Amino acid sequence: MEKIEIIVNGEPNEVPAAWVISDLIRQLALAGKQVAIEVNEEIVSRNQWPKQCLNAGDNVEIVHFVGGGERV
Amino acid sequence: MSDYLMLGSKKFNSRLIVGTGKYESPEIMKQCFEESGVEVVTVAVRRVNLMDKSKESMLDHIDQERFLILPNTAGCYTAKDAIRYARLGREAGLSNLVKLEVIGDKRTLFPDNEALLEATRILVKEDFIVLPYTNDDPVVCKRLEEAGAAAVMPLGAPIGSGLGIQNPNNIRIILETVSIPVIVDAGVGTASDATIAMELGVDGILMNTGIAQAKDAVAMARAMRLAVESGRLAYQAGRIPKKLHAAASSPLEGMLT
Repeated sequence: MEKIEIIVNGEPNEVPAAWVISDLIRQLALAGKQVAIEVNEEIVSRNQWPKQCLNAGDNVEIVHFVGGGERV
Repeated sequence: MSDYLMLGSKKFNSRLIVGTGKYESPEIMKQCFEESGVEVVTVAVRRVNLMDKSKESMLDHIDQERFLILPNTAGCYTAKDAIRYARLGREAGLSNLVKLEVIGDKRTLFPDNEALLEATRILVKEDFIVLPYTNDDPVVCKRLEEAGAAAVMPLGAPIGSGLGIQNPNNIRIILETVSIPVIVDAGVGTASDATIAMELGVDGILMNTGIAQAKDAVAMARAMRLAVESGRLAYQAGRIPKKLHAAASSPLEGMLT
């Protein structure tokens, strides 16, 4: 299976070339979690996850909520 | 009498908003939510730690049926970053409210007014309900209102300082200047600070450190709830004017001669 290299939260990752975002989310055990995703600084909304392919060199950011308020 | 805090079109009974940082444990935090009677809690947006999955999302500890999640842009130093975090927060939290912070200085954590205004304008256009953390400067607050902010959140004192309301006169002038809700954000160290702010007539208070880092956070959460309620009631009741000399409250009539 052909692999491509992408960056996920700053770390290089090898994934199958045919993967969409949902595949990555499943692999990271984040399915069903309240996270937001950016690819190359563009938000990819949840309904696009099964459709949007990953491309070599993509910079993926996966964020969630952490404790914080007036100061972090 | 109906007395609500309005954020955009949303209505809240509690005028206290709390942060979710720096608690000893998630359990203590949850107890603090109960004792403080809050309905809105603010959270920061950060990368998921993919190496250490034990670092859970804050949402694992918050019942979203009961508490409204208010994403914030804490830690952002440019308008561009703050806008990016706000969009991510909306995507993750599925609500268009944002507590907008654009910090201008690391040491004081004072806001960068220019960047704050710019970010507010852009986010308002994107249908966010923007709640900007700002200086206690009436002119900046006016500009934020003109930019479409749903409320202004002037600091009482530097973030995490616990110094209380350092410039009550500015807060009063802000209250005269804008017609959107005024929420004191930052600087509250103890219950009396919260009461003083509420007595000035502000619409609400946001705090985190004052509760989370108190020796007994849960007890302080309750104290803050009572303080905010007391201050609000006293404001509505209308205090007596201050006088230099005494004014006896018992009649002179009927004294023994």
